[in-house]
Amino acid sequence: MTTRRQRVGGLPGVLVPFAVLAVLFLVLPVVGLVVRAPWRTIGTELTQPESLEALRLSLVCATLATLLCLVLGVPLAWVLARGDVPGRSLLRALVTVPLVLPPVVGGIALFTALGRRGIVGRWLDEWFGISLPFTTAAVVVAEAFVALPFLVIAVEGSLRAADQRLEEAAATLGAGRWYVLRRVTLPLVAPGLAAGTVLCWARALGEFGATITFAGTFPGTTRTMPVEVYLALQRDPSAAIALSLVLLVVSLVVLAGLRERWLGTSR
Amino acid sequence: MTASAGSSEAASPADDRTVLEAELVVHRGGFTLDLALSVAAGEVVALLGPNGAGKTTALRALAGLVPLDRGWTRIGPDVAEDAEARIRTPPERRQVGVVFQDYLLFPHLSAQENVAFGLRARGVDRAEARGRADAALARFGLAEHAAKRPAALSGGQAQRVALARALVGEPRLLLLDEPLAALDAGTRIEVRADLRRRLAEFAGATVVVTHDAVDAFVLADRLVVVEDGRVVQGGTPSEVARRPVTAYVAQLVGLNLYRGVGAGGTVTLDGGGVLVGAHHDDGAVFVSFRPSSVTLHRRRPDSSARNAWPVTVEALERQGDTVRVALAGQPDVAADVTPLAVAELGLEPGTRVWAVLKATETEVYPA
Repeated sequence: MTTRRQRVGGLPGVLVPFAVLAVLFLVLPVVGLVVRAPWRTIGTELTQPESLEALRLSLVCATLATLLCLVLGVPLAWVLARGDVPGRSLLRALVTVPLVLPPVVGGIALFTALGRRGIVGRWLDEWFGISLPFTTAAVVVAEAFVALPFLVIAVEGSLRAADQRLEEAAATLGAGRWYVLRRVTLPLVAPGLAAGTVLCWARALGEFGATITFAGTFPGTTRTMPVEVYLALQRDPSAAIALSLVLLVVSLVVLAGLRERWLGTSR
Repeated sequence: MTASAGSSEAASPADDRTVLEAELVVHRGGFTLDLALSVAAGEVVALLGPNGAGKTTALRALAGLVPLDRGWTRIGPDVAEDAEARIRTPPERRQVGVVFQDYLLFPHLSAQENVAFGLRARGVDRAEARGRADAALARFGLAEHAAKRPAALSGGQAQRVALARALVGEPRLLLLDEPLAALDAGTRIEVRADLRRRLAEFAGATVVVTHDAVDAFVLADRLVVVEDGRVVQGGTPSEVARRPVTAYVAQLVGLNLYRGVGAGGTVTLDGGGVLVGAHHDDGAVFVSFRPSSVTLHRRRPDSSARNAWPVTVEALERQGDTVRVALAGQPDVAADVTPLAVAELGLEPGTRVWAVLKATETEVYPA
């Protein structure tokens, strides 16, 4: 036995093996993905037209979904953080429902709301001839539904943390509401907004359950990367691994960018 | 500077040099601020009072950050707010510059951008705003710090940037909320002297909020003492210092203060005891004198001093070169003595001595 230094508030030794196990548990699958990737054929696997199509669709849809989340989510975060609305805590609870809802259930729920027979979808169909399910728009809607809470929570948090007295100081200097928003509030919440946007985008990129349920698996219109991976796994597991690797790389690039650009400079 | 009215008068007479006139009533929970204020061009008025007295609320009401429940605010020729008439100019359209307690510089902007902010917000084009900001920073001796973010500035520098930012738009009214509270004791003296010079140069009206008597006495031409949301005393610093009317002010300026009834030069104190004063004021009066005017003796002295009474030492506290001795008796009194006297008299809690005070050392004035 080695002598252990006992400090007040020190780490109880019994926790260490569990922590090590946790790290292995998180890292090993990623290592497996890299080890088992079909490195010799990966070039041809990934340049298959279906793969490129799926990747393009994924990037486009995730970006559109993120934009939609920004347009809707920032005002919502504002209301939650600053608004004087009754039932605000109930509202906040509702916003976080998609976080805990199984994505497949989310997809079904979108059907009941926006499907051709849905409570809103029927009017869209009847009045405008718009049918949302199984279209690229449906992919965007499904991704936004699942990803929106990530953005709202991040932005609301940074709005709460931002010192509102700075906005008062700006007002005494002659700044109207829009000027304060543009020059003071948004710069103050920028780190939170950026982090929320990246999280939102990453979540949208990986969305599978709600997408496949609400939008289906049509090549070129609704078959995003996660769906493509799932389908590839049934016919050619090594292709599925190659495609997964691409998603892994994209995620890691996003994570690295997030750390250096925003987390790193905010001290 | 306006000729100030009597010691209980907060507002100076309104004339065309009056920049700020206000009658502020704000209710906040159980607290009510009710304060009249009038400040002339070039005059610096300090709102002095303990924490929670409502000074900052008054300042925020003047800036338009807190709505008035009753009353009105006039800044220059404009009625900025009138609760009865439901007129309320928002803060961004009042000609007011504010220096906040911890300065509230925008952390994401450089010193130059902070100073230029108000000009840009009011529609001055970028190049001109920068030029004027640079000129302002240079006047405040901050030229070489223009590109720095607030986090890289010292407390004194940040304070000057905040002042430059508040003044660059040439406001009619300048409001400062505890402008020296965020500074450590070392830089405070220097910054206070600098601030005094800056305020003297400012042509508009200035209101400084502070709970620090020294800040108020150094910076202000006139004091308005606020306690519990109301004005308790007003006047020049020397008037207030010489003749405090509340325990708070007396303690602030380090005086012994008593209330009593005067008759033929003798004052019978409300709390017990009799003092002979230098002035003859009959009726309800205040008596005040400095702790350094009190001398302590082993035995009752046979001197010409008119006041001598037995007291018991309660506490001793070192204050710089002197020792403040708290004494219980009729009346209780604070005395400042030298460390040598403490040793010679063997002063410690419980020691019984005689307190002696010359009548000529007292101020007696109507309550």
